[in-house]
Amino acid sequence: MSAEVQTKQAVLEPMPTMEEQQTTRPADGSAVLIQALKDQGVEVIFGYPGGAVLPIYDALYKDPIPHVLARHEQGAIHAAEGYARVSGKPGVVIATSGPGATNLVTGITDAMMDSLPLVVFTGQVASSVIGTDAFQEADIIGITQPITKHNYQVRDVADFPRIIKEAFHIASTGRRGPVVVDIPKNVATEVFTTPESFDVEVDLPGYQPTTTPNFLQIQKAVHTLTHAKKPIILAGAGILHAQAMDELKEFVERHRIPVTNTLLGLGSIPGDHELFLGMAGMHGTYTANMALSECDVLLNIGARFDDRLTGNLKTFAPNAKVIHIDIDPAEIGKNVPTEIPIVADAKEALKALLAADMYSPETEEWIESLVKKTEDFPLWYKEDDSALLPQQAIQIIHRLTNGDAIVTTDVGQHQMWAAQYYALNNPDHWVTSGGLGTMGFGFPAAIGAQFAKPDKRVVAIVGDAGFQMTAQELSLLQEFRIPVKVVILNNGALGMVRQWQETFYDERYSQSLIPVQPNFVKLAEAYDIKGYRINSPEEAEAVFAEALLSDEPVLIDCRVKQQENVYPMVAPGKGLHEMIGVSGK
Amino acid sequence: MRRIITVTVINQSGVLNRVTGLLMKRQFNIESITVGHSEQPGMSKMTFIVHVEDEGKIEQLVKQLQKQIDVIKVNDITDKAIVMRELALVKVVAPPQARSEINSIVEPFRATIIDSGKNVVTYQVVGNPEKIEAFIDLVKPYGIKELSRTGATAFVRDMQKAPSPQLSILK
Repeated sequence: MSAEVQTKQAVLEPMPTMEEQQTTRPADGSAVLIQALKDQGVEVIFGYPGGAVLPIYDALYKDPIPHVLARHEQGAIHAAEGYARVSGKPGVVIATSGPGATNLVTGITDAMMDSLPLVVFTGQVASSVIGTDAFQEADIIGITQPITKHNYQVRDVADFPRIIKEAFHIASTGRRGPVVVDIPKNVATEVFTTPESFDVEVDLPGYQPTTTPNFLQIQKAVHTLTHAKKPIILAGAGILHAQAMDELKEFVERHRIPVTNTLLGLGSIPGDHELFLGMAGMHGTYTANMALSECDVLLNIGARFDDRLTGNLKTFAPNAKVIHIDIDPAEIGKNVPTEIPIVADAKEALKALLAADMYSPETEEWIESLVKKTEDFPLWYKEDDSALLPQQAIQIIHRLTNGDAIVTTDVGQHQMWAAQYYALNNPDHWVTSGGLGTMGFGFPAAIGAQFAKPDKRVVAIVGDAGFQMTAQELSLLQEFRIPVKVVILNNGALGMVRQWQETFYDERYSQSLIPVQPNFVKLAEAYDIKGYRINSPEEAEAVFAEALLSDEPVLIDCRVKQQENVYPMVAPGKGLHEMIGVSGK
Repeated sequence: MRRIITVTVINQSGVLNRVTGLLMKRQFNIESITVGHSEQPGMSKMTFIVHVEDEGKIEQLVKQLQKQIDVIKVNDITDKAIVMRELALVKVVAPPQARSEINSIVEPFRATIIDSGKNVVTYQVVGNPEKIEAFIDLVKPYGIKELSRTGATAFVRDMQKAPSPQLSILK
């Protein structure tokens, strides 16, 4: 057909009316994806292109959604996790087939363990060659089956709108989690002829999360709590996912019941609240752990009794009647025998508890005894005139940001110190890798968090080793000039590994000391980012004051004392009441 | 503890993989699995026999299965009144002179001969797994050349025994 004829035909065809234009449906699989992402209100995509997703990136070029090109797929997915944790919305990731997809595996597992909503789109080789070990083919459906809430491979482009709807629904309701959608290349280019499939409603008979608590169970809980002498609330990340912070605070204050947090639950109650005992668990406060050991009623809301929290299960909360509220019935009774199970959304359950006519238990004596414990055995460290201590660095950051910053971390010593010394004023300001304990998580997560909350101060507190696992994402700070503050607590070691080798392996520091390091300041400068190195508390004061105020990205290499250990501590296999390093005296 | 679990699933690709993968991940020991279409279109029914240490473990298993998006219903039917059947094909060494002897021995099992050769006979036997075991033990001395079992499939009977014990006037 010549160009002339084409033009004539086009002229002959009537112009589409406004209405027709609005209902114009996408032409192929890739356009379907972009349209569906827009329908879902997706603000930003974290991704990396490649052969199998070329059609999708072409559609994105024609019909853009803001896209952040990470420098490694792992960076992309951790950024999406940070975005999801802070915004509460699903993080969206696109990666290509084969290595692109397999590079996401750590992030997907991390999101699964910490119940973060993600929708991950992976490219796949064309349907006709799936199963032939084609170039860049990986069985990502098989690989991600045990580490996703659900996964899909799109076989027919007509199913695509439904699958995307279901993926977002599954990821962001019930117990949140990652969903993978695998898109064979031919599906991405296939002509889309069924616009009506955009109108299909989500219908999942096998997925009906229970959100409303059972009335009788609430009555039982009320009865038990009323008669408690030493009640305690363990508030987990379920509070944050359900946005039940106000209800929790009201319940706690009305009935004067002390609260502790899991690592991931931090921020669900203000860090300076008078009834907050600090974090519990392996490196929790003495007060919180003793309160768990001595309590007679334990109300767990949205925590999963992880082993790092409970210590030895045989001696965990030995005298307690356990009430467990969780949206996931499989978590109830999994690790700790539970007298009163309540399957519900944390907000709904707390509303029901508040609505019930509950007499407050008499807890003043109990609270007094706990306050005394905190006075006698607060968190401690020994100051050292010759060195900057990591705890000091975090305290300075806390003071200068008034506890209002969004803090992200990797895993290890710096994570525990941040949890102990950065008391959070606000919910959803704490982004850390809890369940999986992923090194290299904190820095890209901070980037995602900054995209979710552009006006917030975001501080990535990371270790020197973990930072080097995803340091390439400095490119994103350079490119977007987003003001993330990277604080490296640099002890020249795999700190927690070193601590365990010191404590449990007779100081045999096998492969945990890293004497050779890059010049982090120069590394930052290579990415056109301001870098600082500090060695003392005085320098820390000055540099942090300047850096935290800046609206530019900044990297601060804090040379901290290598031999510093995280205390107090529950040794592995021990009970919470057997803490060591409780007092510096 | 040996438990019998039935699972109704949406007949979707990968669902068997998800279910068995879950059992593997949580270290459940599977004795047998059967899968097939059910009375509802698009739905399949699975029957598992698993070995678990205690009640807590089986509760976890049921809950974890229930959590799968494609799983519609999970039932632990071990303690219910159920019908359960398994089919086995057993190829037994049976020279002509021993054949009638074997036939008479297996007769109470209502096994049927579905194939025979010069020196072997293939029996089909249907029943609950214990019956199949007994049958195999019985013909083993003659020599089993080949054995193939389907695994058990089961569902609950229409009539169930009263769930609670009868109250006694003597107490």
